[in-house]
Amino acid sequence: MAYAIEVRDLVKTYPGKVKALDGLTLAVEPGTVFGLLGPNGAGKSTTIRVLNTLSRADSGTAVVDGVDVTQQPEEVRMRIGCVPQKSGVDPEATGRENLELQGQIHGMRGRELARRVDELLERFGLASAAQRMARTFSGGMQRKLDVALGLVHRPRVLFLDEPTTGLDPEARAAMWGDITNLAQDGITVLLTTHYLEEADKLSRKVAIIDRGRVVAEGTPEELKSELRGDAIQIELVKAAEDGEVRKVLEKLDSVGEIAVEGRALRARADHGATAVPTILASLEAAGFGVASVRVARPTLDDVYLRHAGRTFEQAEKGGAQ
Amino acid sequence: MRVLTHLTFLTERHLRALLRQPMYIAFTVVQPVIWLVLYGQLFQKVVELPGFHAESYISFLTPGVIITTALFSGGWNGMGTIVEIDRGVMDRFLVSPVSRVALMGSRLVSLAAISVVQSLLLIGLGLLLGARFGGGVLGILMLLASGVLLAAPFGALSNALGLVVRKQESVIGAANFLLLPMTFLSPVYMAKNLMPGWIRTATMFNPVTWSVEAAREALQPQADWSAVAIRVGCLVVFAAGAAALATRAFRAYQRSL
Repeated sequence: MAYAIEVRDLVKTYPGKVKALDGLTLAVEPGTVFGLLGPNGAGKSTTIRVLNTLSRADSGTAVVDGVDVTQQPEEVRMRIGCVPQKSGVDPEATGRENLELQGQIHGMRGRELARRVDELLERFGLASAAQRMARTFSGGMQRKLDVALGLVHRPRVLFLDEPTTGLDPEARAAMWGDITNLAQDGITVLLTTHYLEEADKLSRKVAIIDRGRVVAEGTPEELKSELRGDAIQIELVKAAEDGEVRKVLEKLDSVGEIAVEGRALRARADHGATAVPTILASLEAAGFGVASVRVARPTLDDVYLRHAGRTFEQAEKGGAQ
Repeated sequence: MRVLTHLTFLTERHLRALLRQPMYIAFTVVQPVIWLVLYGQLFQKVVELPGFHAESYISFLTPGVIITTALFSGGWNGMGTIVEIDRGVMDRFLVSPVSRVALMGSRLVSLAAISVVQSLLLIGLGLLLGARFGGGVLGILMLLASGVLLAAPFGALSNALGLVVRKQESVIGAANFLLLPMTFLSPVYMAKNLMPGWIRTATMFNPVTWSVEAAREALQPQADWSAVAIRVGCLVVFAAGAAALATRAFRAYQRSL
């Protein structure tokens, strides 16, 4: 099967020896939404920048829609659309002018271009604002215009770099709807996000990346089912040492993957409901007060913890960049 | 062909954005007008100095202020590039199949267009204030060309600096530091043979001198076109050097991404 995006062993080091990509490999099936999930600084944006020809990797290969990004960057640029993390909208031009110029750059002219621009303005609910300067747009409108700019020339592959960062919940929900529609049009979408929920909801497949490498890849369901059992999240009354809590709980056969950060205690059990009473009894007996308990089916957050060896939040706080 | 069509679209974009900023236009017009009126009055009498050789100071000054204005428009041009980088517009263009030559070239073409409009306004004002140009239409055209030939290389250098440092403060610093002294180290305000020796020597290596002398010579009733050609030649070489440097700066910017 021919992949829409095929990446092998990408390495990219920035001056100052920050290794942004460290042997990243992934493959995206055509016509699907693929989620690149990871905390800030994991290498998501760098991956996109290599694939959209903005940056060059030190080594490795990347092929987009059958074209090698290093050997034929010009050809790649014709086939892709990009929605950058930071808006690329020209604030000193109207919505329509922004779209028209983008189309002109891609060789579109006259009636064809006008029709396409009208169509996109309509589709993204920008028709009534088309004649206004883009600098007067709200954040959500600007983001929509960014997506429209990426689509003017009907690209085969669309890169969406953190499309919903900074959007209010309503605009985010609208953006999710738009992204789902794109895949239905047959466009391959590579989406980066640091929202676990977003990757879970939108992507056919997800790659979890950490420190410039893919640490897990599969459908959200596959990744979650790799994890046996339920996640147990306990909030302790007081912060505790990881080792001491571990000593107490390791004696219990039904409990595994114990981790403590401050007052938060995470563990895993085949049957959460039956394990909880035993866990609580052991903790109380050892003098650890419990404030709250939650038993949950595995989430991508748990998958991340399992593969990256730290929670998503920890990685966000400690992440490079 | 693709370069030309892209150049047209991108230049159109720059000029359209400019026309939408009436305050900015007002300032770019008012500033040189102030120079022309103020310096014209202030130094009126210097033409009476023996050896100045000019019909009137306003006739001498008008091409000088036009060239100075072109120099400043060019020198500040890199600010726009930094704004485009900061806004993410630059990167958006770089991931599109836009012609790279047109992308940077469109800044210089708009700069040239603005420079010509400013020059024409100043020529009109100079005439109102009593300036007389004996060189006819050809002389006026050469004056416009001299301005463009100075604005373009300084625009290229300013953009090169903007691409490398990416901080507005640095471009502001460099422009403030260089531009005004360059006009004083040239015969913009003062006849060359009345300058102290070391300044006169310095003027020879100053592109502002080449530009203003080419313009003034062409505005003479019996212009010495070989003298004009030498100075234009110097400007063209300078422009080629600036273009080469700007191209390298652009590559460095792309590598840094």
